[in-house]
Amino acid sequence: MPPLLEAIGLTKHYAVEAGGLFRRTKTALRAVDGVSLTINPGETLGLVGESGCGKSTLGRLLIRLVPATAGQVVFDGQEITSLNANALRAARRGMQIVFQDPFGALNPRMSVEETIMEPLLIHGSRRGATAREAVTRMLDKVGLPDSARYRYPHEFSGGQRQRIGIGRALILNPKLVVCDEPVSALDVSVQAQIVNLLSDLQAELGLTYLFIAHDLGVVKHISTRVAVMYLGKVVEVADKRSLYARPSHPYTQALLASVPATHPSQRKRGVTGQPPITGDIPTALAPPPGCRFHTRCPHAMSVCQTDEPAMRVLDPGHQAACHLLPG
Amino acid sequence: MSLLEVTDLTTSFQTSGGEVTAVENISFSLEKGEILGIVGESGSGKSVTALAIMGLLPRPPARILGGAIRFEGQDLLTLSDRSMQRLRGPGIAMVFQEPMTSLNPVFTIGEQIMETIRAHESLSQKESFGRAVEMLEKVGIASAATRMTDYPHQLSGGQRQRVMLAIALVCRPRLLIADEPTTALDVTIQAQILDLLMDLRDEFGMAIMMITHNMGVIAETADRVMVMYAGRVVEQAPVARLFDHPLHPYTRGLLSCVPTLDQDQDRLIAIPGNLPEPSRRPGGCRFSARCSHAITACGAGIPPLETLEPNHAAACIRVREIA
Amino acid sequence: MTGLDRHSPGWATIRRLLHHKLFVLGCVLFGLILLLAIFAPLIAPVDPNKLSMRTKFRPPGSDFIFGTDNFGRSLWSRVVWGAQLSMFIGGAVVAINAVLGTAIGAAAGYFRLLDNGLMRINDALMAFPAVLLAIGVTSVLGPSVNDVIIALSIVYTPRTARIVRSSVIVLREMEYVQAARAAGAGHWRILRRHILPNAMAPLIVQLSFLFAYAVLTEATLSFLGVGAVPPTPTWGNIMAEGRQYMIDAPWIITIPGAALMITVLGLNLLGDGLRDVLDPRLRIQQ
Repeated sequence: MPPLLEAIGLTKHYAVEAGGLFRRTKTALRAVDGVSLTINPGETLGLVGESGCGKSTLGRLLIRLVPATAGQVVFDGQEITSLNANALRAARRGMQIVFQDPFGALNPRMSVEETIMEPLLIHGSRRGATAREAVTRMLDKVGLPDSARYRYPHEFSGGQRQRIGIGRALILNPKLVVCDEPVSALDVSVQAQIVNLLSDLQAELGLTYLFIAHDLGVVKHISTRVAVMYLGKVVEVADKRSLYARPSHPYTQALLASVPATHPSQRKRGVTGQPPITGDIPTALAPPPGCRFHTRCPHAMSVCQTDEPAMRVLDPGHQAACHLLPG
Repeated sequence: MSLLEVTDLTTSFQTSGGEVTAVENISFSLEKGEILGIVGESGSGKSVTALAIMGLLPRPPARILGGAIRFEGQDLLTLSDRSMQRLRGPGIAMVFQEPMTSLNPVFTIGEQIMETIRAHESLSQKESFGRAVEMLEKVGIASAATRMTDYPHQLSGGQRQRVMLAIALVCRPRLLIADEPTTALDVTIQAQILDLLMDLRDEFGMAIMMITHNMGVIAETADRVMVMYAGRVVEQAPVARLFDHPLHPYTRGLLSCVPTLDQDQDRLIAIPGNLPEPSRRPGGCRFSARCSHAITACGAGIPPLETLEPNHAAACIRVREIA
Repeated sequence: MTGLDRHSPGWATIRRLLHHKLFVLGCVLFGLILLLAIFAPLIAPVDPNKLSMRTKFRPPGSDFIFGTDNFGRSLWSRVVWGAQLSMFIGGAVVAINAVLGTAIGAAAGYFRLLDNGLMRINDALMAFPAVLLAIGVTSVLGPSVNDVIIALSIVYTPRTARIVRSSVIVLREMEYVQAARAAGAGHWRILRRHILPNAMAPLIVQLSFLFAYAVLTEATLSFLGVGAVPPTPTWGNIMAEGRQYMIDAPWIITIPGAALMITVLGLNLLGDGLRDVLDPRLRIQQ
């Protein structure tokens, strides 16, 4: 089955001016640098990484919410990076996004009904009574009472606002939904509700997700495959089990080792003497040459400082970009 | 005598809808060198408790309605502002969640550390500089002497949190209150900071109040745990005991709703509903609306914190039946 | 039906405004002047320009409520009709500002390419002190009421545009705007539905102060003799003529001065109240 979405060499550089009063230089913030990945229909691709890795930017690049500096995206068989405005609007029906911040993601002056209905009005697919019926069905699907429709965002809790945002994203029946840290800003007890909701909706509506998060536990729970990003590049991609059982890239290994214990008897901090990684994450303004991770990698060799490693296939479905690996 | 003993602390604050209690009848103690983990989500009152101990609750709109906070035998609520100020630093220190807003952006980090030293000890400029550099090195800032003249914006999130720790610990406090110290940090940096915290605890022997909503951080650091919900204490236990036999339904819910790396579940066991708003709390047990074991009697009155085993207490009238 | 909905943020704001004491006071003061202006034909039937040498320099009393001036004209009539003129000019300037300032500010804030060009022109206009620029415009266009309105609009629109632009720049990055774009919304819909409604708060505060500036500047222009030509009864003209008789007939200059003061004070209090209630920092606390 062909992939639902394919990104090839996707790059986003932000032009930035740096320097003092007299020596202003133009550099580039290399938020995403030559990323290629595929998302298969019906799956959930988890995307993890830390600050500055570019995962949020990548999510927005994939649905053309942010224009790419270079590279291509093919969605549902159609190349979308060079579409004109009208064709792009039509293509947007198939791909939607759920945001992290339940406060900023809803227009405070629009009622719930207006918010969820707006995409329908934009595309003229439904109006008036049929549109309102669609809103009724959607409210039910996302677990909100019908009385919510006339109320305003400030009257709801974070979790409920997130449900509204999900309703808005799904009203057009998209195929792909980019979930950009959808539960990170919620209380722990509410996170589970929303994660369950997303899973249920995926099964019910046949959705495909790109699930961007920094919580490795949540990503493991909901994903089929997982991609790990570091400083604008994808360093490892694998199906969930292989990634968590046999992490091959040193960064993935360090990431997993940094996750706190689940029981006090398995305490790691203050016990083993050294945290999994020392040092801070370099800035995307001046990523290290060669392999970007070499400055913090416990296994760095001399080739790592000069040559960027290519993605190597370790097993079917498991790739990593590291000089240590065969390939 | 415990290092810190909080008895029946109750505070309130003024909202547009009237006066509302923030925390009610909070009681706990902390021994010298012990790490007490305080777990709760937003609205649990954990930060209010910490600020009340530090004397940093803005009053008004907050009010302390009752209770006592005894630090080394002295009731902090009866101290004058001056005395409280002298205590902050060498006695009790605090680090916060957002190092960017906790550090003053217009002063160098060196100045901020030295300011704390000079507020409490009469050292010369040279001596306090030396102490500050020593502290920066201890918290793991490389080339500490040169970094003294850096401004907060020149440092990364992890470095700023280290500086916060340096400022907090430079006067060797007996108690450190850490309010969500790693929540805003990446997981690899969090590991570094937790390691650092434990090392510093070993070296300085201070007690720590570790406030967090992350059970993993609790598992990594705490000796004992106190669980708060909607302004009240619902469970207290030694850490291993809490993870092995949580008694209160909220604690159980909290432990089972977070997906961990060693589990494989189809669906997460979520706690239904939402936290009630402070002005609209139900009578009786505040968790009853979301509790799968709730019965009519739960709405009758607030369940008292009952000690069921040595050191293990829970506030639930059905705790024995559902164990 | 957003604005009329009981739950909407709009209604909550109106309720909060009505509880704000200074706002209500401001409304009362300004409302007083506004009522005088609206009902001028009813309450001041005497022609404000009717001369009568017999009745000149009468102090305020039972015959003439505010007394008469050096030409025997009823000061009451002149001040009331002057109020109407001030309200008209203030209202017109505010209306033009609201439309033009919003259009320019929104265009500059939303379309990055237009920003530089528009703002350079904007800043150039803002560099002139308001009164001087107004004098310059009226000396070119002529001193009729309409030209005064044009002059004041040219002076104040840049300031309004700047305020709208600031709001738009912030709102442009809000995630609900991104969500609308992801759903396929075009620029027009985004501006109309998402950005402008949320940019209203600072604009409304600015417009209330602007009304006061317009009235004050108009009075200044006519006081200096470069505004509406006498015998048009503007407060500025009345005060200019009354200046020479300050010792003998102080009421000629003080009464329109008081009217001006009440208007500006009322508008300032009203604007302060609006700013207190609409300030987003206060809103987050709720």
